[in-house]
Amino acid sequence: MSGGWTGGEAAISYQSCAGCGARQYFRRGFCAVCGSEQLLDLEASGDGTVYATSLVCRAATPETRAAVPYNILLVDMSEGFRMMAHGEADLAIGDHVSASFVRFAGRLIPYFARTNLARTTP
Amino acid sequence: MSYITGVGLTSYGRHEGSSSLDLMSQAAALALSDAGLQRADIDGMLCGYSTVSPHIMLATVFAEHFGIRPAYAHAVQVGGATGLAMAMLAHHLVEAKVVRHVLVVAGENRLTGQSRDASILALAQVGHPDYEVPLGPTIPAYYGLVASRYRHEHGVTEEDLAEFAVLMRRHALLHPGAQFHEPISIADVMESKPVALPLKLLDCCPVSDGGAAFIVSREPTGAARVRVRGCAQAHTHQHISAAPALSEFGAAIAIARAKKESGVAVSDVRYAAVYDSFTITLAMLLEDLGLAGRGEAAAQVRAGYFNRDGAMPLNTHGGLLSYGHCGVGGAMAHLVETQLQMTGRAGPRQVRDASVALLHGDGGVLSSHVSMFLERTR
Repeated sequence: MSGGWTGGEAAISYQSCAGCGARQYFRRGFCAVCGSEQLLDLEASGDGTVYATSLVCRAATPETRAAVPYNILLVDMSEGFRMMAHGEADLAIGDHVSASFVRFAGRLIPYFARTNLARTTP
Repeated sequence: MSYITGVGLTSYGRHEGSSSLDLMSQAAALALSDAGLQRADIDGMLCGYSTVSPHIMLATVFAEHFGIRPAYAHAVQVGGATGLAMAMLAHHLVEAKVVRHVLVVAGENRLTGQSRDASILALAQVGHPDYEVPLGPTIPAYYGLVASRYRHEHGVTEEDLAEFAVLMRRHALLHPGAQFHEPISIADVMESKPVALPLKLLDCCPVSDGGAAFIVSREPTGAARVRVRGCAQAHTHQHISAAPALSEFGAAIAIARAKKESGVAVSDVRYAAVYDSFTITLAMLLEDLGLAGRGEAAAQVRAGYFNRDGAMPLNTHGGLLSYGHCGVGGAMAHLVETQLQMTGRAGPRQVRDASVALLHGDGGVLSSHVSMFLERTR
C-alpha cells in the first residue's frame, strides 16, 4: 500500500469510496462517510487551488526554525479533497497550483507552486 | 437546576515555583471559600489536564492532594473548550441528582514549568500526526489559515483584527490579576513580530501560569443566584484539513442547540464571555454566535459596543489575550469573571446589567464548541 508523501514517496495519495463515491485524504480502512471498506487507493494529479495560507515566521523546533519563513497552505485538490502542504511565499487564495516535493526538517513534503496558467481573480 | 455558587481565580502570568497542583489547589480553595463550603461538602469533582504534568488520573491525584473524597470524579479533555464542557457536565450531574456540589478545577504552570518551545510543540500536536505535524505548523499557523480565509471571504483587515487585541488589553488594565498591565494601540499590534501571518505576536494569547475553579451546586449556598439556563456542544472535526469549511464552524451549531434547549435568545443576552485564543478566534466566534453581523464585529468594537459600558460588555477581565492563558484554566477565567459580574462583585470592572450571559468556548482548531447561557435569579 502506498502511503504517498507521508510514507516517504513523492506522491499525494487519497482514497475514493467504491460505495458512495466520497473522497478522503486521511487514510483509513473504511469510508468515513458511509463505512464501506471498499476503498480505492489513488494518486492525485497534484493540481489544486489555494484555499488558505499562513506564512509561519516563528517555529518551535531547531529544524523548523532553520526554515522560517515557510508558507503553510490548505489546497483544494482537483480530485475533491483538501490537504495541508507548503508552497511559494507569495501564493494567494484562489491561485491554481501544482505540487512538487521538497525536503523539510528531514522529511519529504508536498510543495505547491503557481501553475503557468494565469492567477484566477479571487 | 444548577447554580454557580462559588468561583476562584489566581492571577495569571508567572508563578515561579508553583506546580500545576499548587495552582489548582489555590483556585479550588478560593472557590470553596467563595461558596461558603467545606471540603467535605464536595461530592463531585471534575478537572482538566496539565501539559506540564500529564497524568492518566489527574482528578484523583488532585482529590488526594487537596483532601477530598468525592463520589464522582474524573478529568475532561476538550482542549480550550474543556472548562465550559466541565461546567456543562457538572450542570447535568447536579440536575440528575448524581451529586450535590461539583468542584470544577484546572491549573497549570505552563509558562514557568516548561520552555516556550515545549509549550508550542505540545499544543501543535492537535494537528494530524502524519498529514499536518510534519509540515511544521504551530497553533498560530492553524489559526493563521483560518484568518486568511476569513479575511478573503468577509473583507476583514489586519487592523480590524487588531481592534480585538486592543479591547482585551484595555479591559485587562482594570484587573490586578491580569498578565499584562500596559496599554497597547492598533499600531503596536500591527508592528508586533510576525508569528504566523496574518497573525502577529499581539494577535496571539500568551502562555501563562494560573489556576481557576468554580462550584456547581443543586441549590444556592449564599447570596449568589447565578443559574445555568442551558448549554450545548458541537464537534465538527478535529484537524483543520478535515474541517467542513472555514466559514461553517461549529459555534453556530452549538449556540442554536443551546438557544433551543434554554429558550434564551441572543437579544436577551447582556454580557458575553467568548473564547479569544487569537484575535481571529474572537472575531469569528462573535459573528458565528450572532453577537455581531457577519464581517461587522470589528466595526462594533470601534463603536464601543463591547466596552465595559457598552451594550454588550465582553470579557471584562481581559480574556485569554490579556488576562492570560494557562490551558484549561484560561477559558474558565471567563466564567469566573461572568459570575462576578452577575453577582455585582466585579469592582471597577462592574457592568451595569449582567442579568443574562452567553459563554462560548472552542477547542482544537474551532473543532469543539460549547455554548452556555447563565441567568441571575432572585
